[in-house]
Amino acid sequence: MLKTVENVGAATLGLFEEAGRTFNLLVLVLWQLVKPPYRLYPIVRQTYFIGARSMTIIALSGVTIGMVIGLAFYTILVRFASVNLLGAGVVLSIVREIGPIMTALMVVGRAGSAMCAELGIMRISEQVDALECMAIDPDKHLVLPRVVAGLLSVPLLTAMFDFVAIYGGYFVGVIMFGMSDGAYMNSMIDALEWEDVRLGLIKSLIFGVLITLICCAKGYYMHLTKAGSQGAEGVSFVTTNAVVLSSISVLFADFIIGALMS
Amino acid sequence: MSKLNINLIVGIFVILGIAAFTYMAVTIGGARLNGTPGYTLNARFTNISGLQTGAIVEAAGVRVGTVESITFDPDNYEAIVTMRINEGVPVQEDAIAAIRTQGIIGEKFVKLSPGGFPELLGDGAEIYETESSVSLEELVSKYIFSGKSSSAE
Repeated sequence: MLKTVENVGAATLGLFEEAGRTFNLLVLVLWQLVKPPYRLYPIVRQTYFIGARSMTIIALSGVTIGMVIGLAFYTILVRFASVNLLGAGVVLSIVREIGPIMTALMVVGRAGSAMCAELGIMRISEQVDALECMAIDPDKHLVLPRVVAGLLSVPLLTAMFDFVAIYGGYFVGVIMFGMSDGAYMNSMIDALEWEDVRLGLIKSLIFGVLITLICCAKGYYMHLTKAGSQGAEGVSFVTTNAVVLSSISVLFADFIIGALMS
Repeated sequence: MSKLNINLIVGIFVILGIAAFTYMAVTIGGARLNGTPGYTLNARFTNISGLQTGAIVEAAGVRVGTVESITFDPDNYEAIVTMRINEGVPVQEDAIAAIRTQGIIGEKFVKLSPGGFPELLGDGAEIYETESSVSLEELVSKYIFSGKSSSAE
């Protein structure tokens, strides 16, 4: 009985410790961002990995999601005889909610897991300590480029996702169901305001930092947790954890931002 | 992958992303980069029943502006609707602003009908001739109750 209570206490403390470490890492990264020397190339390389290489999966998932949303809205709207609102429905749901979320989840799955595993392996094989021995700041060298690249890549990927998804919806509405081209595009243009685009942009900026930070912190600080002494198994555990946690926090943050800003 | 190649691909990625964002923001979202063009007009209505900010202002069925803000005037118990009218759209001093509905249950919008005066309204001026929205429910209930009273007579 007492043991159970003890376990609950330990788990709670562990959770807070980890949240604190993650936040601490954010502060460290921000500090490293203003502290010279400034090195651009690591950021470009991470942007290549997180952003440019994700373009295919973003385009594919964007077109699919756009068609799915278009189809779903069409079947609903046709019952209310308001098919002319299809463009508005598709564009608002994509730009405000689904674009940022799907992009963030795709980046978590494609880049976040790899990031966490890479940093975790560097940590347990003492490469991070080796960097410190050579007076190379591992925060600056390893974490900063990833977080900045995430901040840069996720909004750009979201914009591409939105663009592609709109034309996915266009395909369903105009080509499959024979709506008029102008009705779809104009209801879209009428419905979408700058506020909606701004909301999507703010969401994707926050998601970009959130997911890279959580995935980096999980791998980077894995030596401080129980998984740190478990070798390869520990890395797989930490990576799974990072993917789950960052996905959940993206969804939760989406609700919070939506509630605060609408 | 050589350094040059990565730079090139990242460059393409960034340019594509910014292009997509600009398309979303400017073409579809209608963002205005150079301030807000056009001029504002105010109009007072006794009942706007569901007109919302961002609603369309039409003249002859063409979109000529949007509703910018709606405020409540506690002194006269009226709604003050501020509209942003596009540049180059003249609104005469005796023009009529009316709240109409697209279809029976569609969105509310403001309809501008031209007046006959030669004087035009400038920025921040007020349209005096307004027609508040016609509530379908009120019309129906008026019809039902007037029908009842006449049959009772």
